Amino acid sequence: MSVYLLRRLFQSLLVMLAMSVIVFVGVYAIGDPVEILISPDADQIERERAIKALGLDLPLWMQYLSFLGNALRGDLGRSFVFNEPALQLILQRMPATLELAFGAMFIALLIGLPLGLYAGLKPNSMGAKVVMTGSILGFSLPTFWVGLMLIMVFAVQLGWLPSTGRGTTVDVFGLRWSFLTWDGLRHLAMPALNLALFKISLVIRLTRAGVRETMLMDYVKFARAKGLSPARVTYVHVFKNILIPVVTVVGLELGSTIAFSVVTESVFAWPGMGKLIIDSINVLDRPVIVAYLMIIVLMFITINLLVDLAYSALDPRVRLENK
Amino acid sequence: MAQSPVVQSRSAYAAAAPAGAPTLEVRNLQTHFFTRAGVVKAVDGVSFTVGRGKVLGLVGESGSGKTVTGFSILGLVDAPGRVVGGEILFHGQNLASLREEEMRRLRGNRIAMIFQDPMMTLNPVLRVDTQMIETVQAHEKVSREVARQRARDTLGLVGIPSPDERLKSYPHQFSGGMRQRVAIAIALLHRPELIVADEPTTALDVTIQAQILAEVQKLCAETGTAMIWITHDLSVVAGLADDIAVMYAGKVVERGPVSEVLDTPLHPYTEGLIGSVPSRNKRGEPLRQIPGMTPSLLSLPQGCAFQSRCPKAADICHQTPSLERLLPERDARCFRPHLPEAAA
Amino acid sequence: MSATTAPVPTPVVVQPPKVETPFRRMASEFCESKTAVVGLVIFAIIVLIAVFAPLITPQNPYDLAQLDIMDGRMEPGTVGGAGFTYWLGTDDQGRDMLSGIMYGLRISLLVGAGSAIIACAFGASLGLLAAYAGKRTDTVIMRLVDLQLSFPSILAALMILAFLGKGVFNVVLALVIVEWAYYARTVRGTALVERRREYIEAAQCLALPTHRVIFRHLLPNCLPPLIVVGTMQIARAIALEATLSFLGLGVPITEPSLGLLISNGYEYMLSGKYWISFYPGIALLVTIVSINLVGDQLRDVLNPRLKK
Repeated sequence: MSVYLLRRLFQSLLVMLAMSVIVFVGVYAIGDPVEILISPDADQIERERAIKALGLDLPLWMQYLSFLGNALRGDLGRSFVFNEPALQLILQRMPATLELAFGAMFIALLIGLPLGLYAGLKPNSMGAKVVMTGSILGFSLPTFWVGLMLIMVFAVQLGWLPSTGRGTTVDVFGLRWSFLTWDGLRHLAMPALNLALFKISLVIRLTRAGVRETMLMDYVKFARAKGLSPARVTYVHVFKNILIPVVTVVGLELGSTIAFSVVTESVFAWPGMGKLIIDSINVLDRPVIVAYLMIIVLMFITINLLVDLAYSALDPRVRLENK
Repeated sequence: MAQSPVVQSRSAYAAAAPAGAPTLEVRNLQTHFFTRAGVVKAVDGVSFTVGRGKVLGLVGESGSGKTVTGFSILGLVDAPGRVVGGEILFHGQNLASLREEEMRRLRGNRIAMIFQDPMMTLNPVLRVDTQMIETVQAHEKVSREVARQRARDTLGLVGIPSPDERLKSYPHQFSGGMRQRVAIAIALLHRPELIVADEPTTALDVTIQAQILAEVQKLCAETGTAMIWITHDLSVVAGLADDIAVMYAGKVVERGPVSEVLDTPLHPYTEGLIGSVPSRNKRGEPLRQIPGMTPSLLSLPQGCAFQSRCPKAADICHQTPSLERLLPERDARCFRPHLPEAAA
Repeated sequence: MSATTAPVPTPVVVQPPKVETPFRRMASEFCESKTAVVGLVIFAIIVLIAVFAPLITPQNPYDLAQLDIMDGRMEPGTVGGAGFTYWLGTDDQGRDMLSGIMYGLRISLLVGAGSAIIACAFGASLGLLAAYAGKRTDTVIMRLVDLQLSFPSILAALMILAFLGKGVFNVVLALVIVEWAYYARTVRGTALVERRREYIEAAQCLALPTHRVIFRHLLPNCLPPLIVVGTMQIARAIALEATLSFLGLGVPITEPSLGLLISNGYEYMLSGKYWISFYPGIALLVTIVSINLVGDQLRDVLNPRLKK
């Protein structure tokens, strides 16, 4: 177990390192922040002072090394635009994004699992066909457009829900959360549903496919031959086998949900990391872009590790030896 | 043809059945699959009886409908297949006409089944105790503790050492033979009156197979459990079964007491099957084989399904033969049976 | 006693057996789902519209000389200054939405299909190479694939466009970089199974050149999953391009794709002028849905695990 963990941690570190090089080179080698940051009217001396202040005159590898050294001390540079530590900027906005992502995953499982189970158990029923066509729709609907349509219907036409922002927030452990107030929940509802749309379809399809394959297994037939009630066969024998792939994928999807929140956050002006990164890309605020990417990669690696562990806990066949 | 009036009663069937009646009597069972390509008559005229404590060997090649027959008895035929004709009389009660919930109460309780591949029959994500206790509790209102006790005892019965520890294991921690023992233990939990065993030893080593056969035989004799042993292996049947029913292309083509059928087969197919078993006293001789292939169930020839492979086929074989009593206790579905000189 | 049934053999009507080629079987299985057939028909119509857009649109929406700013933001069904009816209204620059959508489809399909084909060629080759060469080559390629796949498509594309700037070519490039790994993984997975089959051994025993074994023997047997993934990836690429354009990182504003048209309508939607965003979205939706319907049925038809 510990050997396995150590090896996984080492692999993760390597990926982090590789990503830091890719990101750094990508961001710093291409595009010129000087053009954006320094007023075109500025004279040569002003420009050079600014370049020196930002450390842009050093060779790329030196810039990278100092970046890496600083990163290890938790310093990912200061935003050119906000003149604040980039890491702090992102961490400030992280709760909003996490809140949105977890809300979306919760909605996805809440809606997706029952529908997928139903579609898998009665594949030829009318209802199943409606569910499956709906899930294709969920895959096909471009997130941003659905977001716009949600705003049009629920905010502009009906006026039920607010279209932008987080609403009233509550401070818990020094972080601001929306989901603890009614107003915050009202603000959260549309963006979370919007972000969940794709995941709902995914969960439906995974569950359905899992049910259909599991139903063909001998052990399901054997369970029926034992005289178990259909409910027990479905909810214990079939469902427990399906939970493994669904949990794995949903867990892995947390990362991509956080990533895709850039679109939803842009549509609903949700003040999270995603909105920050789009703004930063548009003004080439490199430290923020780099910091955001490093944080995202770190999150992904952590999520992958956690999913692996959850997977081994659920499936005894892959349970790690000598624990 | 024996066509005794059937005693049919929905309730208290065991009491209503005449004394000495067979545990199971299958009459002209037909199970068809309605597929895209056409109707597949997987089982199309299967009849046999199994008495208390007796073992019936149901023999045939793959695709002859043995397994589907087994599933039909337990009411486990999945769409697009269904039982379309015939009767499955369990103590005189027709299982084919039972509602699903009534059938469920019989399954695993009074009629149990053992599957072919022990690697696939136990749910990989559930512990053995879970899978055994749920079987007990599906049919009897007993506490978990009592159910666990029963599970442990039954595991001991089928020869699993230290059953207490093994109960807490997952199926993948068992070997194939051990898994099959667990599956057999699950089948035995409620002391069923009938066990349908679908090639339960085919996937196992020969030595393990022999052990399991011996134990199963002992259990049947002790508990009076009737058993249908589905197999393609005549040598297994020879040592185990009392009676034998040979299936070909969905039909029983020959049935009778096992020693008589194996000694003097009536149907050319049975003869061919016996001829293709390697044996010590035929060493050196080339093995005989049945020429040709099992016909597709979608395009069976008119008349006898075996005619294209039969050495004795004649014009009359283009007509459809029926299962006839040719000798005492011996039936065959053939126009040109191989009748022993003296008996004929 | 024995000859009791069927004394007169009835003449059997001999039907000429239908030759069942794999393709014909798949085609007939595909047609079993009416939704899939409808999807295929709709997709064909969309492709035709996109190809012949210049011939059937009343206006060239990219020709600024034809646009009349006085016709801006007109409601659907209004007759404009140019004398024809704006059935789907106009955007803020007086662009006929119907024409804009038809031209936008061209870009969306071009970008989607183009990137899918390039990514497929690139990814499939690497996947085959990984499976066939094995060992270190395999490890290197698959680590790259893992790295790529662990990174959500939207982010990777955003970054690449942030580095490279806007433009159709850069969008295609970004989509290829985002997508190749899916093809590589799919092909490698199938090829690893297939290359252990006897026919590959047979081909190798005949001392056929390696490229021939790979492309003539291995590749055709890896095609079914590749086709399924490819279909789905075209839909994904179209959606991703639209998203990028919506975020302002996609195609240039002078030649709007569907995503950009929707983006243009964003600010007017809050004042009730829904059509600028609504109709391009519908066009986008119908395109993606029709492709996904086809892909979905293809997956069922080509998946051997679900065969009865």
